[in-house]
Amino acid sequence: MSSVVIQIDHLSKHYRLGVIGGKRLVDDVSRCWARLRGHDDPLSKVGGAVRSQWSENIASNATSTDRPAPNSEMLWALRDVCFEVNQGETLGIIGRNGAGKSTLLKILSRVTAPTSGEVRVKGRIASLLEVGTGFHPELTGRENIFLNGAILGMTKSEIRMKFDEIVAFSEVENFIDTPVKRYSSGMTVRLAFAVAAHLDPEILIVDEVLAVGDAAFQKKCLGKMGDVARGGRTVLFVSHNMAAVKTLCTKGVLLKDGAVWQIGDAAAVVGIYLQAGMVGEHECSWPDPASAPGNQSVRLLRACVRPPDSAPVITIDTGAIIQVDFHCAEPGLNLDCTIYLVNQEGILLFESGCDVSTSEDSKVGTYQLSSVLPPHFLNAGRYSLNVLFGQNQKFVLFKLDEVVAFEVENTATGRGHNMAVSPGIVRPLLNWQYRHFSDSRNGVNRPTTAIR
Amino acid sequence: MTTKPEQLIVPAPSRSGSDRKSAGVKWRPKSSAFRSQPCDWDLIIRAKTGWFDLHLADLWRYRDLVMLFVRRDFVSQYKQTILGPLWFIIQPLLTTLTFTVIFGNIAQLSTDGLPKILFYLSGVTAWSYFADCLTKTSETFNANANIFGKVYFSRLAVPVSIVVSNLIRLGIQMGLFLGFYFYFLARGAAIHATQALWLLPLLILLMAALGLGTGIIVSSMTTRYRDLRFLVQFGVQLLMYSTPMILPLSKIPEHYRWIMVANPMTSIIETFRYAFLGTGTFSWLHVGYTAGATTILLGVGVLLFNHVEKTFMDTV
Repeated sequence: MSSVVIQIDHLSKHYRLGVIGGKRLVDDVSRCWARLRGHDDPLSKVGGAVRSQWSENIASNATSTDRPAPNSEMLWALRDVCFEVNQGETLGIIGRNGAGKSTLLKILSRVTAPTSGEVRVKGRIASLLEVGTGFHPELTGRENIFLNGAILGMTKSEIRMKFDEIVAFSEVENFIDTPVKRYSSGMTVRLAFAVAAHLDPEILIVDEVLAVGDAAFQKKCLGKMGDVARGGRTVLFVSHNMAAVKTLCTKGVLLKDGAVWQIGDAAAVVGIYLQAGMVGEHECSWPDPASAPGNQSVRLLRACVRPPDSAPVITIDTGAIIQVDFHCAEPGLNLDCTIYLVNQEGILLFESGCDVSTSEDSKVGTYQLSSVLPPHFLNAGRYSLNVLFGQNQKFVLFKLDEVVAFEVENTATGRGHNMAVSPGIVRPLLNWQYRHFSDSRNGVNRPTTAIR
Repeated sequence: MTTKPEQLIVPAPSRSGSDRKSAGVKWRPKSSAFRSQPCDWDLIIRAKTGWFDLHLADLWRYRDLVMLFVRRDFVSQYKQTILGPLWFIIQPLLTTLTFTVIFGNIAQLSTDGLPKILFYLSGVTAWSYFADCLTKTSETFNANANIFGKVYFSRLAVPVSIVVSNLIRLGIQMGLFLGFYFYFLARGAAIHATQALWLLPLLILLMAALGLGTGIIVSSMTTRYRDLRFLVQFGVQLLMYSTPMILPLSKIPEHYRWIMVANPMTSIIETFRYAFLGTGTFSWLHVGYTAGATTILLGVGVLLFNHVEKTFMDTV
């Protein structure tokens, strides 16, 4: 019989926008003074965000609108999240950026406190929101293993017991007494993960730490996570890598706008996320040309990146369609529009443009440009699109960065059963041929050719 | 064609997912969503816990971490320096020499009839321990935000480790002091140890607690008011001039003396001198006052620190 090890009960967390960091003594004094006189908090724009009024706030906020008003200073990172995790389950937490995954993990790892609600936990929790927390560059690998292990909650004797195992796993035996600042970044990550992998908690919380290192190392990490899960430990796993979630997790939770949207069998939840998750989000539009970004010559009306009609979501196998709508207000320009595709690391993948008019004959009105990103081209990951309008191929009329962002989901195409995201910027599906030369000495070598 | 997400969702055992969308929001204040289980939970993460919910047992659980932090501070501080830990000795030595030349020889300030070097060195040793504890712990939250943002461990482990690693430093500096002490004793200077020497462990404990308490108060406040960081340096200097480090308490005019006595470090330095050198103002009243003030400061500090640590990641 499986027993409940984590109970998340009406968990909510909000952040106040804008004022964070700008707090000064003057503000606090005026706030206190107002409270003493029984007035509203003068600095709160949402009707008295005084601590004792939090619950009323939540209620009024929640009933009036489902989402907070756009100009509200409250950001609900989590709203009323309830679910349970049983012992031995591997729970995948998925959702778009900003859905509340990281906030949930932060609360579970006690890095920050919730606004309301409770989490009840049975057993020792270890969380890996990052590998190598607290590594000190001046210390040697050996000293860092102890320091990092202790930060993650191990005692000295536990670390000493597992020390050889950790060193073997990290493959840095020869450098163990060298300061970490002399390590390559790959070695540092391997050492850090090795420590983390040898934590022995009853509950392990993992953020996307697996997105580090090379492919072989990613595979090793995923394998280790699988081992942990099979050993009867409970694992909470946050990832954008759907292939990994599907393979590793038994149960999935889909978060949307801070609330639990779907919970159940991992494969089913991933399916729902892939079908429903992205629709409409890769679009940015300004229906009113007067307020649209741009200038007196040209204004951007809409930009979107969407999967082709046959597919519900952009994956490596589907490719995507890019569409840019803009309004031209000045006739007789040599107008061109260029898009820049930038990946998560900020690397510009390519630029591609279209001359709207080549002989000073642009017309007043709305233009719609569209193009197809072929399948098996972009690797899995998150991309953003910059749009630039130019004149005569010389002058920049107007440029807007990060107009839309979109995600390309990982698939296993061409990778066998390996669910890790392949390294590299592009992911072409190459048509490989091979020839085989046998070692036989009698007669001429006769190559055998095959086409896969 | 794009499909609306709602239509694709199969009913799942969710309590707050799709049903919430259609039926409007049902806010259930505080009633647990789960049948009550006869469970003993190891950990409950809550919005607000009491001011006195201190998790001091956690600090004990992380004692290995404290010692590793101490080691880290010690090792990393003097890596790639030629003189290494010798700096522990050079710093107070240079300060003492400066004081001896400027205040003792040029300004001809009184040292209660004690050898100048011993007089200043005793003050510098005691004061620098307190001041180092204070300034270093006051950086706790801001300096460790990146670690605190990723892993939970007893946050007090950091300031406590600073106090402990400074204790090693104090030990080395005490060795320096004792060297000079025996040198002057052998040369027949008019100094003699007194019974107050038995109070030495208490004095060190008080200095540590005072530095820690004040430091974590400042640290907790700086998460909201960054301005304090600039004030700390100045404040420490100001405090220094209100201790008998340069002028013995006995030479302070009567009606200004209370200012100095109000500084809890005063009686520690005076008692320290009295214990080793036999001259100085020793009064149980002053020591008692220091002990009381230290207890209050440390208590307030721990409470504030504990209160701030839960949400400081959102404000730092």
